[in-house]
Amino acid sequence: MAEIRVDHLRKAFGDFVAVQDSSFTVEDGEFLALLGPSGCGKTTTLRMIAGLELPTGGGIHLGGDDVTYKRASERDIAFVFQLFALYPHMNVRKNIGFPLLSQGVPKAEIKRRVEETAKLLQIDHILDKSVSGLAGGDRQRVALGRAIVRRPKCFLMDEPLGTLDAEFRDVMVRELRELHNRIHATTVYVTHDQIEAMAMADKIAVMNHGIIEQFATPREIYNRPASMYVADFIGSPPMNFLRFSAGLPKGARIARIDGADVQMPELRADVAPGELALGVRPEHIRFSDASPLRGAIYGAEYLGTNQIVTVETAGGLVRARLPAERSYRIGDRVGLSFVADRLSLFDCRSGRAIPSTLHEGTLARDTRHREVRDLEVGHG
Amino acid sequence: MSSAKSAATATASSAHSVVEPSPTSKRVAGAIVILYALITLVPLVWIFLTSIKSPPDSISYPPKILFTPSLEGYCNLFTTRTRQTPDYIAALPPPSGVCDAVTRERNMVIAGASNFLPRFANSLIIAFGSTFLAVSLGTLAAYGFSRFKVPLADDLLFFILSTRMMPPIAVAIPIYLMYRQLGLSDTALGMMLLYTAVNVSLAVWLLKGFIDEIPREYEEAAMIDGYTRLQAFFKVVLPQATTGIAATAIFCLIFAWNEYAFASLLTSGSAQTAPPFIPTIIGEGGQDWPAVAAGTTIFLVPILVFTILLRKQLLRGITFGAVRK
Ligand SMILES: Nc1ncnc2c1ncn2[C@@H]1O[C@H](COP(=O)(O)OP(=O)(O)O)[C@@H](O)[C@H]1O
Ligand SMILES: [Mg+2]
Repeated sequence: MAEIRVDHLRKAFGDFVAVQDSSFTVEDGEFLALLGPSGCGKTTTLRMIAGLELPTGGGIHLGGDDVTYKRASERDIAFVFQLFALYPHMNVRKNIGFPLLSQGVPKAEIKRRVEETAKLLQIDHILDKSVSGLAGGDRQRVALGRAIVRRPKCFLMDEPLGTLDAEFRDVMVRELRELHNRIHATTVYVTHDQIEAMAMADKIAVMNHGIIEQFATPREIYNRPASMYVADFIGSPPMNFLRFSAGLPKGARIARIDGADVQMPELRADVAPGELALGVRPEHIRFSDASPLRGAIYGAEYLGTNQIVTVETAGGLVRARLPAERSYRIGDRVGLSFVADRLSLFDCRSGRAIPSTLHEGTLARDTRHREVRDLEVGHG
Repeated sequence: MSSAKSAATATASSAHSVVEPSPTSKRVAGAIVILYALITLVPLVWIFLTSIKSPPDSISYPPKILFTPSLEGYCNLFTTRTRQTPDYIAALPPPSGVCDAVTRERNMVIAGASNFLPRFANSLIIAFGSTFLAVSLGTLAAYGFSRFKVPLADDLLFFILSTRMMPPIAVAIPIYLMYRQLGLSDTALGMMLLYTAVNVSLAVWLLKGFIDEIPREYEEAAMIDGYTRLQAFFKVVLPQATTGIAATAIFCLIFAWNEYAFASLLTSGSAQTAPPFIPTIIGEGGQDWPAVAAGTTIFLVPILVFTILLRKQLLRGITFGAVRK
């Protein structure tokens, strides 16, 4: 196993830039999810790490070696494709053993390792079956088997659960994470599904139009999104944005929105006058008659354990996650209050978060330094 | 919940009835196919029956349906004969085989082997050789066009196809002159090259379609697993392209095997193939129809065997695009 270091990586297809100046490090044994919508450059990034695509600029280090321009076959990595790419003319055993064959591993050793791998993935009973008759989950396991049998430096997976039905995906998400906990393989996992990423990854890199918007732990990304894009992409329903115009000095703790004073974490930087947005997670909203920030009930979605209530305010629709017990009538007027120390403030023009005491709190303290650095980079 | 389930089964069963034809429509379809097969088989049956008739039976009118089978056609196909007096024949030792006997009945003796076997061998060598070349080159070219950024790929593909746009007769004279200069006229090599050139365009186009259908991920997976691109091509792409290769090979072989125009213009002696040779079999007092029919019957055998051997691939190959996606 080895660390993966990606340095100012760039890829252009003609005039179109698919990946822009990406830098991140996946530490030895870490599970990184590359998360973003379709077309944002996740696959391209992964293929460059694998050596299936040559970068236009930047570098890639695997376990300290510069592999930027090395052939895929010389990198000692494993890749799980979206369509699994199981060879239809070979049975399960041959598929799993195929990577060992290229290394000239003796037959008896191949047999031993294939069987050991199959046992680990609980597919030893289908070893001699043809791959074409397998169900989605078993195909997935065979693809994983082919990846781990060689004990490569790292695993790269491109939306490996994308073609499975929703029900089965949950099972595989758990299995994949358990497998990772057992073998601690450095992994880069590409997905457009935030739930998969949040459930499995140690770190998440959120990508948008070829740019990594934030690289942090799932908790940090959820609690302290570095940009409006990340705040909007992660969480369901996503973060609410209350837009207002203001200039705020360092140390400010109050934002004036629609004539109401709203408390927020203390700012750690001066904010020049301009469009700002206060970011509020739905679960950090409470209804309080005393609050001067008011709106009318627009709709409610009952979810059993809780409900999502939509409120129409002067600044637009706001979604709140509230206890399921009470029911609300459409049109009723309510006051909104927020959990003050959990709010984010964004600069609408750059889309980046403005540093505040939110970024210094006890939430996800373990990686505070990286977070602060991220924000400074984002602002500069 | 239960209504959703029953709706789902209703859809499933109606979909089932669409996919699974009813017994009646199956029977009708079967009858139509058998009828069509019978119609297409009539000429072949006619040729085969003619090949086992005696020369007088073969030209009798109305045509004879019931007749005494004779091997004379096959004997005449493989031999040359000379006429002798009955006294001469009576003085000969007893006939050594069926053909000897049949020939003597017509007051003739076998003088030697005919040219049919060497012509047939020419056909085999030229057709299979050119098919092998065309399919090999076509597979490599198709893989290149399918996987790499080839400059002007579309123009090149069109150019390759354009070699098939002219009738053979239009290019026959230039090729004849060219071959004479190069010493390729009436040589097996020349015919093989010519058929390869004609077939390679078909092979490239057909195979490009098949290879395009094989996801690149298979090779990429193999390359990540430590194989070179060439190894990945042989171990992963080729096995999956066998259907397409088999279908392409049959098409190329049928063309090269049956080709008549170039063969009759460019070969006359040692490299002559069976198609221009068979119609030239002359008997006494006109065309020896049983011998011609015998030659044609034997001529059909290799292509029949090859097609039957590969019929699974051929069927899958023809319906390939329709089945996937
Ligand atoms: N070989 C290629 N040639 C041209 N454009 C490409 C190529 N591969 C990817 N792209 C483009 O790059 C962008 C990013 O693609 P990709 O990395 O596959 O996105 P993702 O995996 O995040 O959905 C897309 O807009 C895609 O059209
Ligand atoms: Mg992708």
